[in-house]
Amino acid sequence: MIELTRRATFSASHYYWNDAWPAEKNEQVFGRCANRNGHGHNYTLEVTVAGEPDKVTGFVVDLKWLKDVMEREVLKAYDHRHLNLETPEFAAQNPTTENIAIASWKRLEPAIRAARGARLTKVRVYETPEIFAEYRGEA
Amino acid sequence: MKAYFGRRYTLSASHRLHTDALSTEENQAAYGKCNNPHGHGHNYVIEVLVGGEVAPETGMVIDLAVMDDVVQTKVVQRFDHTNLNLDPIFVNRVPTTENLCRTVYGLLQGKLTPARLEYVRVEETENNFFEFSSE
Repeated sequence: MIELTRRATFSASHYYWNDAWPAEKNEQVFGRCANRNGHGHNYTLEVTVAGEPDKVTGFVVDLKWLKDVMEREVLKAYDHRHLNLETPEFAAQNPTTENIAIASWKRLEPAIRAARGARLTKVRVYETPEIFAEYRGEA
Repeated sequence: MKAYFGRRYTLSASHRLHTDALSTEENQAAYGKCNNPHGHGHNYVIEVLVGGEVAPETGMVIDLAVMDDVVQTKVVQRFDHTNLNLDPIFVNRVPTTENLCRTVYGLLQGKLTPARLEYVRVEETENNFFEFSSE
């Protein structure tokens, strides 16, 4: 089995806030991330799929196909958007790096499964070059 | 739902690879220029990955500020701008990056609650790195 990873970048804005808490607690827990005017990042999305190379092509999956899936399922929704205000999955939960990794997995997994070439094993999202989160499909 | 959170820290330190268990010639053969008597230095990158449940109220596996505080206190402040050979941990242990990696893992294990330490990766240069996990 071979693992194959494709990288893509997107830029988006967000803030962290829990409506169940008073403003003071939000500011205490989330610090500068609680600024309701938002702030932004250049995110890097890394998508890893695993499978056996095809006997004819030698590919686990066609990289161009994977690029198109990532653009259609994730980048189209997140790139140059305000994640809290413009994406339904973050209307009621914080767009933390952890949650962006999980939400990206949910967006990508059905399309990758349907193609029957390989299975999704890992989604890693870098918020900055020093901060990242990963989801491996675990419950 | 279980997810992972990672963070990269940098520290600069010097070391010399040398062991009293070997002769002068054997040290030079084993460690080459890393055995030069006055040591040398690196900009190390310490990558720490933790795993755990994503708390519904915050969306986080661990509070980044808590993680930073632990890693800064236990690791970065201890080793940054120091000579690793002079740290008590390395008195009888050669400060190879393998040993530094395991040492950092030991200093952080059990400290990054409520998450669990998954691995520590230490990059000595852009071209070599070492990873230790509890497996």
